Amino acid sequence: MRPADKLVRVAAGFQCQIELERAGQIADCRSILSLLTLGATQGSELVLRAQGPDADEAIRVIRLMFDQQFDDLNVEQST
Amino acid sequence: MIRTFGCDRQPINQIDHFSMLELQGIAVSPGVAIGRALVFDREGYRITRCLVAVGEDEREWERLVDAVKQAYDKLETSRQSTTAQLGERLGNIFSAQQQILHDPHLQSELESLIRSKTYSAEYAVSEVFTKYASAFRKATSTFLSERAADIRDVERLLLEGLTGQPTATLKQLPHEAIVVSHELTPGETAAFDREKVLGICTEAGGPGGHTAIVARGMEIPAVVGVGNFLHNIRSGDEVIVDGHLGRIIVSPDEATRDHYMQRRRFRQSIATQLEEIRDLPACTSDGVRIELMANVEFPNEALSCIARGADGVGLYRTEFLYLGHDQEPTEEEHYQAYAQVVRDMQNRPVVIRTLDLGADKMGMTMPTEPENNPFLGLRSIRLSLRNPALFRIQVRAILRAACLGDVRIMFPMITTLDELRSARFLLRSVSEDLASEGKHIQCAVQVGMMVEVPAAVLMLDRFIDEIDFVSIGTNDLTQYTLAVDRSNDSVADLYQACDPAVLRLIQRTLQIASEKKKSTSVCGEMSNNPAYALMLVGMGIRTLSLAPAAIPILKKAIRSVTIGQCEAMAWRALRLSTAREVDAFLMNQLAGLVPEIVLQA
Repeated sequence: MRPADKLVRVAAGFQCQIELERAGQIADCRSILSLLTLGATQGSELVLRAQGPDADEAIRVIRLMFDQQFDDLNVEQST
Repeated sequence: MIRTFGCDRQPINQIDHFSMLELQGIAVSPGVAIGRALVFDREGYRITRCLVAVGEDEREWERLVDAVKQAYDKLETSRQSTTAQLGERLGNIFSAQQQILHDPHLQSELESLIRSKTYSAEYAVSEVFTKYASAFRKATSTFLSERAADIRDVERLLLEGLTGQPTATLKQLPHEAIVVSHELTPGETAAFDREKVLGICTEAGGPGGHTAIVARGMEIPAVVGVGNFLHNIRSGDEVIVDGHLGRIIVSPDEATRDHYMQRRRFRQSIATQLEEIRDLPACTSDGVRIELMANVEFPNEALSCIARGADGVGLYRTEFLYLGHDQEPTEEEHYQAYAQVVRDMQNRPVVIRTLDLGADKMGMTMPTEPENNPFLGLRSIRLSLRNPALFRIQVRAILRAACLGDVRIMFPMITTLDELRSARFLLRSVSEDLASEGKHIQCAVQVGMMVEVPAAVLMLDRFIDEIDFVSIGTNDLTQYTLAVDRSNDSVADLYQACDPAVLRLIQRTLQIASEKKKSTSVCGEMSNNPAYALMLVGMGIRTLSLAPAAIPILKKAIRSVTIGQCEAMAWRALRLSTAREVDAFLMNQLAGLVPEIVLQA
């Protein structure tokens, strides 16, 4: 729940469209319900996709969040 | 069970909350209730109304936007105080719920239901959240299925904001009300607050379902199987539940309300007359004694049996022990439930029927394979014989309780001689066990079988030497004879206990049992109807078992007639050819013989 919550907050800060895909199912990163419906748990394989003006930056930040396991470092500030 | 409401199938111009609406359903628990409706959705939460008039959608949307804002602020308060007291980790639970509230997908779904389908804000919330919650609950990951609870929390907050009051659940009704729902689960009905529930009315369900059973047990007027109508009623509407005629009236006009008020006064006036004969025996005017026993569901009903002047308990259903509980009842739980009734009945006979679960009464404790035809499936005695460990526990408790009074044991739904013999074999082995443990047991417990399958009637001459008594369960006997599932709305009208075919089976049962001097009683709903009951007496039945609340009126009827009049009634009824003729004839006879208890329409 907490990672999904953080992810939505971060995604909302970008203009671009951000999607996560798991096993063919695609979720909109702005929608927590959509993210939760993916049913992704630790270890799930996900594909991150972004389209729009700040797509590169979005990918970089969200990647960092996953790498740091949504912990400690306050990622929101780095956006 | 997820079913869809009939809402969007109805043209909107039919929605008129001000004119009277009359609906026909199946009467399952007698009595008339007049009160305000509380409408529950399929998850047991209250919804106030379904659709709004065209043009009101903008107002509904604004109400929702307000409610979202309110809910968000409440969550923010909770988040801050929880974070301050317990740390950010727990505080973040609320921040996730805030995210759900602001979820763009959710918002657009809500908006589309309100704007293009004229759903009320409450109804839209209920629909959308139910959809998400059930999708999450179905998910295999426990993480996700637990999130369903978060979704429900947010929904409750929103509904509270919209209605301005805490959401009522079936367990905690805010005030006296008539409960209106699509269907009620065994757990919901078992948790009912008798003081607050004036009447029950459901879209689905049938005469043998748990709603019917619990309503009868609690003496709450109830009508089930009404069909789709939740879109035509909202919480707060005045409703009349007529549990005699199976009728529901929403927003009654003055004439209708007066009519029912008059009936209520009529019933109160005969209640005094009935009170006068409470301690007199149920004898025909020429002195033939008829035993009037009570059908009970719950241990605490024994006292109301005594108050109604019952001669004993003719059918103690034991299914309540299994309904609404997560675990199998222990031997001690069985024993306490039986002991209470046996003690309260003070040496009057108590007939305990072993587990009759299965089909529509399936409890939650025994997951079985889904069946195509549950009524023809693993139910009742079949289920018990298939689970001997569970069956033994119940039989042990019954035998122990038998030391406290006149306890008789009865096996339901016996179809073949093998089943009867297996059940008796288990009974013998349990009593040997108890004896070898040094437990004092009553050795002369009478054993009976229910006759409710046509095969048992046809073969009764072979069964009869192996049992002490017979009890005819007219509900199942009717259903199995006429091949009608009484919980199926489309064919429920074909279910007629007075069908000549059923009467012939009853007649044959009586004939065989009386040749061998074995007592025969009738314990189905048929005995609740005084007209039918007098006919049964005329056929030779001397023991009837019925809902405690129906005993006084039947006693009145019996005391008003001679046995000759009953016999004449039976003789003529048995010569008619259709259920409709039989019913009309019997009702007509009753009106002639005992006019005091028949309210002229």
